[in-house]
Amino acid sequence: MAAVMSDHAHGAHHGPTGLMRWITTTNHKDIGTMYLVFSFIMFLSGGVLALTIRAELFQPGLQIVRPEFFNQLTTMHGLVMVFGAVMPAFVGFANWQIPLMIGASDMAFARMNNWSFWLLPPAAILLIGSFFVPGGATAAGWTLYAPLSVQMGMGMDMAIFALHIMGLSSIMGAINIVVTVLNMRAPGMTMMKMPLFCWTWLITAYLLIAVMPVLAGAVTMVLADRHFGTSFFDAAGGGDPVMYQHIFWFFGHPEVYIMILPAFGIISQIIPTFSRKPLFGYASMVYATASIAILSFSVWAHHMFTTGMPAAGQLFFMYATMLIAVPTGVKVFNWVATMWRGSLTFEPPMLFAVGFIFVFTMGGFTGLICAIAPIDIQVQDTYYVVAHFHYVLVAGSLFALFAGAYYWLPKWTGHMPDERIGKLHFWCSMIFFNVTFFPMHFLGLAGMPRRIPDYALQFADFNMMASIGAFGFGLSQLIFLYAVVKCVRGGEKASARVWEGAEGLEWTVPSPAPHHTFEEAPVVR
Amino acid sequence: MTTQGRVAAENRRLLVRLAIAAVVMFGFGFLLVPFYEKICEVTGINNLIKPDTVANTQVDLARSITIQFDANTHDLPWQFRPLQTQISVHPGELATVAYEVSNTRSEPVTGQAVPSYGPQLAGQYFRKLECFCFARQTLAAGETRTMPVAFVVDPGLPADVRVITLSYTFFEVAARRVAGEGAGGNS
Repeated sequence: MAAVMSDHAHGAHHGPTGLMRWITTTNHKDIGTMYLVFSFIMFLSGGVLALTIRAELFQPGLQIVRPEFFNQLTTMHGLVMVFGAVMPAFVGFANWQIPLMIGASDMAFARMNNWSFWLLPPAAILLIGSFFVPGGATAAGWTLYAPLSVQMGMGMDMAIFALHIMGLSSIMGAINIVVTVLNMRAPGMTMMKMPLFCWTWLITAYLLIAVMPVLAGAVTMVLADRHFGTSFFDAAGGGDPVMYQHIFWFFGHPEVYIMILPAFGIISQIIPTFSRKPLFGYASMVYATASIAILSFSVWAHHMFTTGMPAAGQLFFMYATMLIAVPTGVKVFNWVATMWRGSLTFEPPMLFAVGFIFVFTMGGFTGLICAIAPIDIQVQDTYYVVAHFHYVLVAGSLFALFAGAYYWLPKWTGHMPDERIGKLHFWCSMIFFNVTFFPMHFLGLAGMPRRIPDYALQFADFNMMASIGAFGFGLSQLIFLYAVVKCVRGGEKASARVWEGAEGLEWTVPSPAPHHTFEEAPVVR
Repeated sequence: MTTQGRVAAENRRLLVRLAIAAVVMFGFGFLLVPFYEKICEVTGINNLIKPDTVANTQVDLARSITIQFDANTHDLPWQFRPLQTQISVHPGELATVAYEVSNTRSEPVTGQAVPSYGPQLAGQYFRKLECFCFARQTLAAGETRTMPVAFVVDPGLPADVRVITLSYTFFEVAARRVAGEGAGGNS
């Protein structure tokens, strides 16, 4: 805190320069930028793992990697993307945007903010470095199910420590966000006047504080089983591997919403701007977000329908899961109603937002299908599930991140991103995404199991198609990199408001946003 | 400056509360373990180590099932072996076999055995009327004990199952209190 207050005395940026500026910075904008850069690097690393998987699956038979290494690839792809790319990216957006949106000068705990970021690179090094130790990286699947995770080599220990560190970073980030949103709002900014992105992040932060420690507990138990002679999950020592799944998914299902609620927030900012209408049903959006978060604690066992649950349990978790479709539906209808009879324009942020609604809703529907216990028992652990969660995670979270990046890049850099390149990026991503993941529905329904490096001959055509799509999708992301670099280096000057229909405090500061903003709190009418 | 000081104090108070919440949730993760075991016990989901009852004693003489016996120990310096490696039974027929266990340590040790079946599916048709796995076993230093297992294979066993492997693993009951009641493996 002291650092921030003394910083207040200075106008422009002042202090160490070069690398030390970034290591010691407590400025929310610097830290937000570092989060975004870090998550993009992790996104590309996770993408390389994914493309290696798809290269192996291009044809039946084993061509490129050994089966053990394939298992490491699928596991690490999941861990890197979830904990390295998607979650830090949303925290990056929160760091940049929340203080600007609520009229605060910085995050509540600027020094802790620096810590939460700088914990991430060591965790990433631990995680990715585990590929190079004897036995290789963990290959137990991103869920790290016992008993496999109890038996792996030292790569598993490195993954556990990486998760501990990343979890600590997330919890610190979440606490910072809750305190900032609750205590640092400008005078007149009541809770129900707050931009929806702040609302969704506030609720997400509460979810993080509630479930990240549970994950830390679960992996600590795995660690104890591995090295300290306990038998939490080892049946031959009186433990129970199914219990790991219960504890993991008690974290894991809220985690799913941790990765999508901030995306909902970004979309709820963008759709009104390019519809030139206020968001339809603001209050219902807030309540829908809160009910999704609360319901997320009572649905975890829908990931475990095949573990031999009693029928009553299956029915409870099936109906509870389907109930989540109601608040999610409220959100989708509100976005569509916001667009209804609006004066729409389709700049890159809006394209990604509309694309998000379309493709995310498809993923939502396949989610409903997976929620039905008798169907889930058929499609469990098949490519149908892979298709489902990539529709909600890639087309959901990732497209929302792209939408948000194009939307706020002018505010961050002071330059408009090249619209033609942005549109090219959108259409390439959209088309190749569907070429990659749509065939996986058919593969899953036909019975192709996930996490297996080889497959039966009848799956060859759709797999070839998915692999071609995956390489197209991966290369399309270099367009995004080019668009961002171009935007940072120059381009059409952005005005303070940037977008004609943009509303909110962040559009009252000049573009690019100065190093220090809202040192005198603005008054919201 | 006074308002800033007040906000800072309020921020710190909220920080402490949220940090406590995070620590409590870390503990909650561990609390899920006994909670889960209790639920399994109350609902009878994990009843691997409770005696079964046999309702239908019709013996199906037309079929013979080979039962193989296996014994393992988990971090326990005991010698543990079945006195017969395999027998042949008719479904519905009561059979009794014996296992021998000896404590090689120079102090009394308490152990608990958990059964598992191959194929997994056979577990639900394998009815144990008497088994040393229903209770923890305490062996004095150097003691050797012969323990019986009495079982009936349910005639409802699918026709394609001709061989069942019954495997026991003994583990030491020390740090964890589980053994007697709730938690065996899942079936």
